[in-house]
Amino acid sequence: MRETRLSSPRCARSGRERRRPCRRRWTCPGLRAMKLNERSLAFYATCDSPADNAGFLYKKGERNTAYHKRWFVLKGNMLFYFEEKDSREPVGVIILEGCTVELCEAAEEFAFAIKFGCAKSRTYILAAESQAAMESWVKSLSRASFDYMRLVVKELEKQLEEMQWGLPGCRRVHRRSPIYRKSKPALGPDPAAVAVELPPPREKPPGLSCPSLKENGCAVWNNTPGMKDLPDGGVPGGPADSGSGKPAVGSGCEVGPKPPPLPPRRHASSGNSRGTGPVAAESCVCPGTTSFSRLHDWYGREIIQLRREWLESHRSHQL
Amino acid sequence: MRYSERELLSLSRQPAEKAAEILMRLPKKGSVLKKRLVKLVVNFLFYFRTDEAEPIGALLLEHCRIAKEEVNVFSISFIEEPDRKYCFECDSEEQCQEWVEALRRASYEFMRRSLIFYRNEIQKMTGKDPLEQYGISEEARFQLGTHKQ
Repeated sequence: MRETRLSSPRCARSGRERRRPCRRRWTCPGLRAMKLNERSLAFYATCDSPADNAGFLYKKGERNTAYHKRWFVLKGNMLFYFEEKDSREPVGVIILEGCTVELCEAAEEFAFAIKFGCAKSRTYILAAESQAAMESWVKSLSRASFDYMRLVVKELEKQLEEMQWGLPGCRRVHRRSPIYRKSKPALGPDPAAVAVELPPPREKPPGLSCPSLKENGCAVWNNTPGMKDLPDGGVPGGPADSGSGKPAVGSGCEVGPKPPPLPPRRHASSGNSRGTGPVAAESCVCPGTTSFSRLHDWYGREIIQLRREWLESHRSHQL
Repeated sequence: MRYSERELLSLSRQPAEKAAEILMRLPKKGSVLKKRLVKLVVNFLFYFRTDEAEPIGALLLEHCRIAKEEVNVFSISFIEEPDRKYCFECDSEEQCQEWVEALRRASYEFMRRSLIFYRNEIQKMTGKDPLEQYGISEEARFQLGTHKQ
């Protein structure tokens, strides 16, 4: 695929320089019509914002086999390249979204390739000046996509929310609801990363499984502290998110009269843990337990949620 | 500046975070509001003529300012040229607010800042770096002040 220049598109048919999209775009294959905010792009490339990687790389020409030395700057999902290190404007930019990065068997040493899914897309062959530089680039490029960043942010966001409702530093417990078992994709192999794989998050330890899970398989009261599944919409994962290997239990539909969860032990120092702010490590109690009405509401929520789950499971079994 | 148009085109066809037909005006003098299909994909905002499959243009949403203008209207301008505004007129104030929020969160830099924030918060609460388990805690992009050019 030809790289295109923004500033002076030419109509492939007439050869004339055009400043505006050709009206005959559909029948005029040689003309590129898409505008891009080029000036802003150039500013982004050269401004002070943090670069995720920078250095000299050799870039193989599109048609000929010569390599050109360029100064590369990676910012976010955009890989800019400059003629020189102190050039004021990039020569070009490679949009990295959806690409894969592979080591390649080029004649050049320390070479790697940026490939795209689209069949007609150009593959960019780049070569570093050392093994270490090559590895550093391959790593940073394969994790450069917006999607990847979004995945990591969502995961941390979820962790933080769970911590604020649950036990910081303590292991999380998942209540198994037979209806709501969703398998959320773990942070598994990143489609954009070939050379580097994101290992899956640590498994939820089975040791702290819900002790009162009964064989009739219904949603049971969770006796352990640190309930995380509250119906206030604050937990994005839903009632029962990513499985930790605990099997979804069968389809019983009776909920026996189980007792409500025991209030967790209050630590001596919990008197000063007010508010729903980050629960510090000194207290394993839910936030704000100094007032009974708050405590009552706090437990009440789980009961409402469980009841709702039971009603829905009951309903679906009757269908 | 050269750019890989085919990749950009392919990106414009991906499922969008948000898409709607909105009246849009370019910052050029004398531009009028025109109905466009506006589509947000990762950190790009594509805009199409409503009956066409290929976008007229794309805006990379880094270092931009999304501002609420008058009723139903918001604008996008870029940090180096704050007076050049792309204006968008929505059907309702609600739609306008939704777009403003979505666009503000749509930049890579915004996500990076969020990540750093969450990372720090979790580290404060647990004493552990949440990125360690993924083996990415040393990545430049996740540091507070990554190395400059």
